[in-house]
Amino acid sequence: MRETAGERWGRRIVLTLLTLFVVIPLYVMVTSAAKPLRDVQNGFTWWPSRPTLQPFVDMWSTVPLARYLVNSLVVSSVAAVCSVAVAIFAAFAVSRYRFRGRGVFSVTVLSTQMFPGILFLLPLFLIYVNLGNATGIELYASRTGLIITYLTFSLPFSIWMLVGYFDSIPRGLDEAAQVDGAGPLRILFRVILPAAVPGVVAVTVYAFMTAWGEVLFASVMTDEGSRTLAVGLQGYSTQFNVYWNQIMAASLVVSIPVVAGFLALQRYFVAGLTAGAVK
Amino acid sequence: MATSTTAPNADRRVPRAGSPARGAARRPRGPRRSLLPYLLLAPAIVLELAIHVIPMVVGVWMSLLELTQFHIRDWSTAPFVGLENYRATLDLNSAAGKELLHSFWVTLIYSVLSVGFAWLLGIAAAVVLQKPFRGRAILRALFLTPYALPVYTAVITWSFLLQRDTGLVNHVLVDQLGLLNERPFWLIGDNSFWSLLVVSVWRNWPFAFLCLMAGLQNVPGELYEAAAIDGAGFWRRLRSVTLPMLRPVNLVLLLVLFLWTFNDFNTPYVLFGGSAPEQADLISIHIYRSSFKTWDFGSGSAMSVALLLFLLVVSAAYLLITNRRRDDHA
Repeated sequence: MRETAGERWGRRIVLTLLTLFVVIPLYVMVTSAAKPLRDVQNGFTWWPSRPTLQPFVDMWSTVPLARYLVNSLVVSSVAAVCSVAVAIFAAFAVSRYRFRGRGVFSVTVLSTQMFPGILFLLPLFLIYVNLGNATGIELYASRTGLIITYLTFSLPFSIWMLVGYFDSIPRGLDEAAQVDGAGPLRILFRVILPAAVPGVVAVTVYAFMTAWGEVLFASVMTDEGSRTLAVGLQGYSTQFNVYWNQIMAASLVVSIPVVAGFLALQRYFVAGLTAGAVK
Repeated sequence: MATSTTAPNADRRVPRAGSPARGAARRPRGPRRSLLPYLLLAPAIVLELAIHVIPMVVGVWMSLLELTQFHIRDWSTAPFVGLENYRATLDLNSAAGKELLHSFWVTLIYSVLSVGFAWLLGIAAAVVLQKPFRGRAILRALFLTPYALPVYTAVITWSFLLQRDTGLVNHVLVDQLGLLNERPFWLIGDNSFWSLLVVSVWRNWPFAFLCLMAGLQNVPGELYEAAAIDGAGFWRRLRSVTLPMLRPVNLVLLLVLFLWTFNDFNTPYVLFGGSAPEQADLISIHIYRSSFKTWDFGSGSAMSVALLLFLLVVSAAYLLITNRRRDDHA
């Protein structure tokens, strides 16, 4: 099919505009991270007056960034791993078994993803605080509380995507293993999971990103000791100064791992979305 | 045997002997096996109950209590007041009710505009990137980047761009292009709504792009060939082939985007540093602020429950209307 000249120019214009829209903030983030402080305190400049890596050094001492980073890393990794582990079993059940309540389960789980976070925030806050007072189990202002909360946030989508992946694995493989005398768990771990590795990795990255970027619960459920990056980065605006260059440097550092992970796995997300949408 | 009730369903989907359920029926361990799906689901169900279902029930209960700062430490002492919280917060003649109504309208307009623009940009990008050309993979990765960024770094960067004295936006508009004489404020006053909208579109459109791109992969190329042979131009192909084929994706995508934007907390919270100007006072921020400012969790919960009911009604109506229209087409 031949492309007309109008279509070609239309495509170029659309792509140029979209690229500018996407790139400009990213460009500002990168260049401002290399600016000395006085550059970001005066009028905006497109290029640093004297490019420097000093913001990347100073950002660790202006706020306890290392602690926030460790908190975010611990919370997001544990939440991601647990969430995917739980999702694998659930998705296996939904994909390979027909049981009473299967439809109800799928719909309920997916719909919780759509509910406003603020709806859970106040009760969960009170439950955590009161549970701590009553039993001594510290969920409020602790990393454990955040981990439990976050792992349920990514659970619905993880289950949904994994069901799509598992459904695409031919049942003939299960049957062959069954003939060899393999039980259900053996089938899951020896047959299905090895074939679904890309899906499992993509879902893990998704769960990690969800926890890494969450703001609402992090702003309420943490104290100074358990604060995550989502809240901690606000510390660069003090009443005396806003260290925009350090904010941009820190933003860059905490963004690169998740952006790289997402982009490396994007085609698996597309595959997962397609598998889910076809049903 | 218990499994015999599940086997026919399994067979409907996989019309071959020896699916897991049927295999179970052949073995002596059959009855225990029928419990297996529930055991596999148990961790997920327990977590969903603990973090979503129980808090939701507790939230409804809280909305019926006078749960002010005097009772927050030990909420078993909070008196039951029935629907008093709802009456107080939803009374449109009171100051609180007027503020809530204002916030509701702001959120509704914001959501409709944000979803509309995100979808437009998403479909434009998906369509122009449909056919392979050099550099396509790079552009696709670039376009997905705003969605992959943690929301707070993306929004913080935008708040830097929108600063009155040190930001890029005023530098370009005032200093370089000379379009304006005064440096406007973008994060307070009337402009704050439009700032919020641009930031949210920037962040959300890649999700629309991702879904629509996935949807387009399912459109058979022959349909376009056939349309081209019939002499259909670009717009005709878009209207008669692409959009109808994307309908299932669009149905889900628009609803999901709408619900996400309507419940959006992160963007205004980070953009305005914890407090939104009244022109951009989205409902989540409104409930959050009025709950934690006055520690009146009772009315905060009442507003949350009212919000949930509204979204349920909207979603149900949407699904009903779109389903009925599909039946008409059939």
